[in-house]
Amino acid sequence: MQLTGAQALIRSLEMEGVEVMFGLPGGAILPVYDPIIDSPIRHILVRHEQGAGHMAEGYAHATGRPGVAIVTSGPAATNIVTPLCDAYMDSIPMVVITGQVPSTAIGTDAFQECDTVGITRSVTKHNELVMNAQDLPRIVREAFHIATTGRPGPVLVDVPKDVAQATMDWYWPESVDLPGYRPTTKGHPRMIKEAARLILASRRPVIYAGGGILKARAAEALRELAELTDIHVVTTLMARGAFPDDHRLCLGMPGMHGSYTAVTAMQEADLLIALGSRFDDRVTGKVDAFAPDAKVIHVDIDPAEQGKVRKPDVPIVGDCRLVIEELVREIRALLDGGTEQADTSAWRSRVSGWRENYPLTYEPSREGDALKPQFVLEQLRDNTPSDTILVSGVGQHQMWSSQYWRFNEPYTWVNSGGLGTMGFSVPAAIGAKVGRPDRMVWAVDGDGCFQMTAQELVTASTERIPVKVAILNNAYLGMVRQWQEMFYDERYSEVYLSPDLPDYVKWAEAMGCVGLRVEAPEEVLPAIEKANEIDDRPVVIDFRTDAREKVFPMVPAGRSNDDIVLPPAQREGAER
Amino acid sequence: MTIPPGAHHTLSVLVENKAGVLARVASLFARRGYNIYSLAVAPTDDERFSRITIVIDVESAPLEQIVKQLFKLINVVKISELAPADSVERELMLVTARADGPTRGQVIELVQVFEGVIVDVGHDEITVMLSGVPTKLDDFEDLMRPYGIVQIQRTGRVALPRLDKSAPRLRAVGGKAG
Repeated sequence: MQLTGAQALIRSLEMEGVEVMFGLPGGAILPVYDPIIDSPIRHILVRHEQGAGHMAEGYAHATGRPGVAIVTSGPAATNIVTPLCDAYMDSIPMVVITGQVPSTAIGTDAFQECDTVGITRSVTKHNELVMNAQDLPRIVREAFHIATTGRPGPVLVDVPKDVAQATMDWYWPESVDLPGYRPTTKGHPRMIKEAARLILASRRPVIYAGGGILKARAAEALRELAELTDIHVVTTLMARGAFPDDHRLCLGMPGMHGSYTAVTAMQEADLLIALGSRFDDRVTGKVDAFAPDAKVIHVDIDPAEQGKVRKPDVPIVGDCRLVIEELVREIRALLDGGTEQADTSAWRSRVSGWRENYPLTYEPSREGDALKPQFVLEQLRDNTPSDTILVSGVGQHQMWSSQYWRFNEPYTWVNSGGLGTMGFSVPAAIGAKVGRPDRMVWAVDGDGCFQMTAQELVTASTERIPVKVAILNNAYLGMVRQWQEMFYDERYSEVYLSPDLPDYVKWAEAMGCVGLRVEAPEEVLPAIEKANEIDDRPVVIDFRTDAREKVFPMVPAGRSNDDIVLPPAQREGAER
Repeated sequence: MTIPPGAHHTLSVLVENKAGVLARVASLFARRGYNIYSLAVAPTDDERFSRITIVIDVESAPLEQIVKQLFKLINVVKISELAPADSVERELMLVTARADGPTRGQVIELVQVFEGVIVDVGHDEITVMLSGVPTKLDDFEDLMRPYGIVQIQRTGRVALPRLDKSAPRLRAVGGKAG
């Protein structure tokens, strides 16, 4: 059967089970847009290519399936570089198709030409320029294989216009032949034995769960391991929801804005069981001073993560779910064989002491004071379904979201962790809602973030994707303001945005959404309830919040986690 | 420019023979902030693969990380570190040197001592081809310098493991792709 390259490309996406793609057409990708009319794949027309990329990411976060974006050449390709880098940092499976000028024009600085594979080389797991229509099914098959196996990541396929127009003989490759790509999924048995022995011998163990738990669909296995050994779990920003927040063993988020208990438990631990976590500087603080007494078991599917930041005592390369299951079997066998677990009761009582003394806290606003952002989050948390998907942008609101929400289910938290992309939340929420239309999806955004990608709410309105957006509007680039207050003598350089510009309610309405404004604590709940009831269009609530509020606890950048700064109310007499 | 003994590492990297693979390898080094000291690349006997010989001037610890990152490239098939004692290394150099009047004989004599080949002769310059272990090329360069080196081109080193079966041969480094 003869097909055009364009038809073969769309057919290949269908073969890969793609149900939706996010994109925006243009000159070089035009031939590929033609067969989309006849394809069962749903295409969502975005307003900016960055939106397409973040939607694909949000979709992947929420569903575990690869997100797909399709855009044209030149400026479209450069616009999607940010989502590619974001997906690369957070190991999100994503396939991006870009148009390219005809192969005969490549290298001539033709209209809307850019070296897309060159530009995206260091922010993709792999990319490929297709020079022959006959290669398309193979390259698409390889792209999905690479994006979704091993350590997931974004893959870009660049398709010149003449390649899309050329004819080819249709085939679907039975298998992929990539001689240089053989991810290790099964952990080394000797290392697993060693890890099991270390775990049972440890008196102050902590499980350091990272985003890899979610990528490996290992939340259940993690729970089994934690409960079997009675070991506390910290869930990094990327792993929120991988272990239920309401579980007695959950310590919440570690790191720069982590809970005092999570941060201190890691610092004082004698064993860190790092599962799919990469020792990011936002978690470790000053690396040399991080968890100084702890031995490290490090489970990661990416061999390059072993020893990149901290040398592990027991490195295990493999899929988190498979390795944890093996580990559980091994521990059971040791326990059945008469090995006794070391006494951790003293440790557990210390941990519960920290929890009691240093809970997450803020000072509620007094009569007539501005609204506290944490209060808004608590109200949202308590008045939405427990399986609500929460999507955040980047900044103070992101940290408060992670701190004050209760993630009791995996895949309910969508955010930009590694790259820290402002403007992530609106498009990512749209992608998440497309992937999980059965769930309520709330985006918590800052006013700075919102102004970066709000136009995608037009996409949401026209495509009937009823996401809900809570803007925590403090009129500032809040996290920058916090740093300027704490580390730059309150010299507030270029961070004030104005609470009234734009008028978010009118802006929301102009984009086809319902817009609401909330200024006082008593208005919070009615607004949330009203938003929850609206299911035929997006809703935006402009919450006017207190600009002076800061995110605590905080470990100042480059400092040791021992130097954690508590909220003012907890500082007096604070000691371990 | 000579690397002090022990501080350099030679990697032999088997890659798929596809467009852009060298750029991937080179840009990975740039992205991670490591300097390539010498680089040579050519197809192998198997047309599907090329071999890249990379010499890097780093400590062992970053080397391990470089190798692992390199191995994450989809087109990289195999990486071996070639320990200097267990491998044969060669490099080719073309050098144009001043050789006029009274010094001409001395220069030609030096070329003969080093078993170089004079490949081009001008009125007061000659161009010499010299191949051998990189240190031999360094030595020749040093000895020629007083006569005046006009221009020089070296290929970068190529290397293969020694065949001595009793000696440790290829030391495979790195794990599987992630």
